[in-house]
Amino acid sequence: MKNDIYSYDLIPDVDMPAEFANHENRRAAREALGEAPFMPRRQFLKLSGIAGGGLVLAFMMAGRTQSEAAHHKSDGQKTFSPNAYIQIKPDGEIIIAAKNPEVGQGVKTFLPMIIAEELEVPWESVTVVQSEIDKDRFGPQSAGGSQSTPRNWTPLRQAGAVARTMLISAAAAEWGVSAGSLKADQGFIVNPANGKKISYADLASKAATLDVPDAETVTFKERSEYKLLGKFIPGVDNLDLVTGKPLFGIDQTLPGMVYAVLVKCPSFYGKVKRANLDEVKNMPGVVDAFIVDGNSVDGELSPGVAIVAKSTYEAFLAEKALQVSWDKSEASNESWGDLKELALDLTSKPGPVAEETGDMQAAIDGADKVVDGFYTYPFLSHSNLEPQNCTAWFHDGKMEFWAPTQTPQAIAGAVSRILGIDEGDVIVNQVRGGGGFGRRLINDFACEAAAVAHKVDAPVKLMWSREADMAHDFYRVGGFHNMKGTIDKSGKLSGLQDRTLIFTNKSDGRPVRGGNIRAGNIQAPEIPNVRIEAHEIPLIVPCGWWRAPTSCSVAWVFQSFIHEMATAAGRDHLEFLLEQYGEPRWLGKQTARDFNTERAINVTKAAAKKGNWGKKMKKGQGRGIAFYFSHLGYFAEVAEVTVDSSNNVKVDRVVVAADCGILLNKSGGENQVEGSVIDAISTMASQEITFEEGAVKEQNFDDYPLSRMPSQPKIEIEWLTTEHSPTGLGEPAFPPATAAITNAIFEATGKRIRTMPISKDGFRIV
Amino acid sequence: MATIQINVNGENREISDIDPTTPLLWALRDHLGMVGTKFGCGKGLCGACTVHLNGTAIRSCSTPVSAVNGLNVTTIEGLAKDEDHLHPLQEAWMEHDVPQCGYCQAGQMMNAASLLATNPKPSDSDIDNAMAGNICRCGTYQRIRKAIHTAAEKGGAA
Repeated sequence: MKNDIYSYDLIPDVDMPAEFANHENRRAAREALGEAPFMPRRQFLKLSGIAGGGLVLAFMMAGRTQSEAAHHKSDGQKTFSPNAYIQIKPDGEIIIAAKNPEVGQGVKTFLPMIIAEELEVPWESVTVVQSEIDKDRFGPQSAGGSQSTPRNWTPLRQAGAVARTMLISAAAAEWGVSAGSLKADQGFIVNPANGKKISYADLASKAATLDVPDAETVTFKERSEYKLLGKFIPGVDNLDLVTGKPLFGIDQTLPGMVYAVLVKCPSFYGKVKRANLDEVKNMPGVVDAFIVDGNSVDGELSPGVAIVAKSTYEAFLAEKALQVSWDKSEASNESWGDLKELALDLTSKPGPVAEETGDMQAAIDGADKVVDGFYTYPFLSHSNLEPQNCTAWFHDGKMEFWAPTQTPQAIAGAVSRILGIDEGDVIVNQVRGGGGFGRRLINDFACEAAAVAHKVDAPVKLMWSREADMAHDFYRVGGFHNMKGTIDKSGKLSGLQDRTLIFTNKSDGRPVRGGNIRAGNIQAPEIPNVRIEAHEIPLIVPCGWWRAPTSCSVAWVFQSFIHEMATAAGRDHLEFLLEQYGEPRWLGKQTARDFNTERAINVTKAAAKKGNWGKKMKKGQGRGIAFYFSHLGYFAEVAEVTVDSSNNVKVDRVVVAADCGILLNKSGGENQVEGSVIDAISTMASQEITFEEGAVKEQNFDDYPLSRMPSQPKIEIEWLTTEHSPTGLGEPAFPPATAAITNAIFEATGKRIRTMPISKDGFRIV
Repeated sequence: MATIQINVNGENREISDIDPTTPLLWALRDHLGMVGTKFGCGKGLCGACTVHLNGTAIRSCSTPVSAVNGLNVTTIEGLAKDEDHLHPLQEAWMEHDVPQCGYCQAGQMMNAASLLATNPKPSDSDIDNAMAGNICRCGTYQRIRKAIHTAAEKGGAA
């Protein structure tokens, strides 16, 4: 088995947005991600131009801009602000900037915690503020790919350590002693020799006069010295959240604001021929109605009819009266039924070999047992609970946004392409997003708001209904895997073949977002013979990055099929799974992105132990295990289920063992893991997006149900602490959960689930 | 068009020139500028828009404003007696760090407050049943349940 296919080499703009690959902070990238090859591609190059620096922004903080605040003088004394993240004022106030968009992943809390740890200040003394969008000062600002943690781990520790080093220097100068004889302790510099101490507040003015040292020269704290990281720290916005303060995109209110909808063709990419605009304009409260031409760039502005009204409800009512004659000549007329039929036909036949290691045919010829299993899973919607929306205001030649986005730096480029506004005249204010899950990596809603605001002489809040949100998502792509596995005479897994299907963009022939399937996804490096055959079908239906793109679907396939093979071999699944990792070692280039079998072994064993692996269960109960390595995190999960004679499944318990290096925020980390497991239960139960003639059929939570409180299992988490750099937690707990549960259902019932959602086979999660 | 009188969080408010079919949700958000109550589905399926009408939880997205004329509405902005005295549910929500994105939580807390008002010491299954109409897309259900128990122990019905 060649190791190199086990490198987790993300492909820009397929596995994750290109802008993540196009970061300037190579130092952080080198440490966190290694020197993985990001192949420049046409689309990548095009997108990489988006996030221009040097935006002019009006960042309001406590009634004044941050630049004013940074130079604010109090009694002739200066605020100490050695970098964009930290301000220490002579009056004792400590302000730390949170750089990335908060969409529920806890980033507004845990990134500032990293700074506070190295700064060596009590968390209670810190005020966290959301930063402005400024690539020059903050580097890449985005929320996706579970990248906030690995990419900011080094730069943010440096930001804190630089400030701490300077405060020590200031105290050393004050006392006439060497800096090396002093230490920082929770907002004070202390001289252990004589017990003297001086507060950061008292040192702020002096520290502000010192030269800022090179960030590469400062010393980090040892992990054993951490006082804050790893603790249970509640979110910094909690008080505002529980008292209903306006935090979210949808909550933004500006004087004279109007409300808008942009009605798009039900069939993707249909254009407007004509519409009854005059009639709509006469509807109560309607201010204007006009046709918007799209810009034909994927993920930007779709054509449609804009309706602007004095209230959201009046805009929604006017939408009901709108009649549009759509030009569907270039629109999708795809149907899920037809695509499925085609896909089933294709994957029943040999396809082009995408990757092969060893000799699969020889494995089949020499096999003791050959097992076939056909796996399929549907398209999914993100269904953020806050429907897509954006507030935009075109004033003084500038387009200003309040955008619940995961990629705020990408908005300026898109707006520039659509409206010809200079990127420097685009202002993006960060607001809280009511759920991300990858949907808000694409800024179509912001492009729509800009197109409307450009025509209207008032601030515009563009609002999507739930139905619009479900009909115009960038969906998790569905998939088909005709699996074949071989067991040799010694009972080992000797070969694995995936005759699969890759949906490709009709525009460029490349895999759709989150739709590339590779041998590396199997994560079983000991299998000597592996073959991936990949048919292709071009697709117009828009696909997007959905929580743990690719991994969220294929982990279920491969981790289920390995269980099938263990069962065929008459072997214990845990022992069989561990056998697939082989010896503890680090494959590929030994970067964080390369598969480390030692970490896989350890989490798998830990989950099995905590999950009582091997302990007898009652009739109708089952226990399943699954593992997956994604987004730099190693997760193994054990599920216990009870299934009654009517196929009602109660997920009793899910045990999660995680190796994410070290845990930064116990509360936020546990929240992400619990949420990922529940998301898996939600999607596997009965979620399916279908489409006919290019239009999505599901409309709301009645035909696209989300998991509710009664269906929740007990979730227990064990965090393995390793010396590796911390990794993000928004995604990696999701992929193994589905397979752990379906494997448990098999153990309970003898029924193998190979179709998602499980409602297709008559199972119901209760 | 109609003029509607509502007592919101103890304050008499008049909304003039409003379509009487306007859902209470949008009357609160767009007409009164109270945006703590959230829009999730518009069909009473997710509970994000939950407020109290004369003390009982209702879905404001599917309640026309004309139906609450002259009645008392409590929203998340009025759940606490005042800024210094949060409702025990609000305290418990912060203690357990319930929110992930936080978007559904106003509706969750309003629904939970209505539950505790009628059932001051709910069991797990009481909570599951009462809260089944409220979706949390992030999956904070475990913590919501814990927080309701904590609030109940601290006299959450008050």
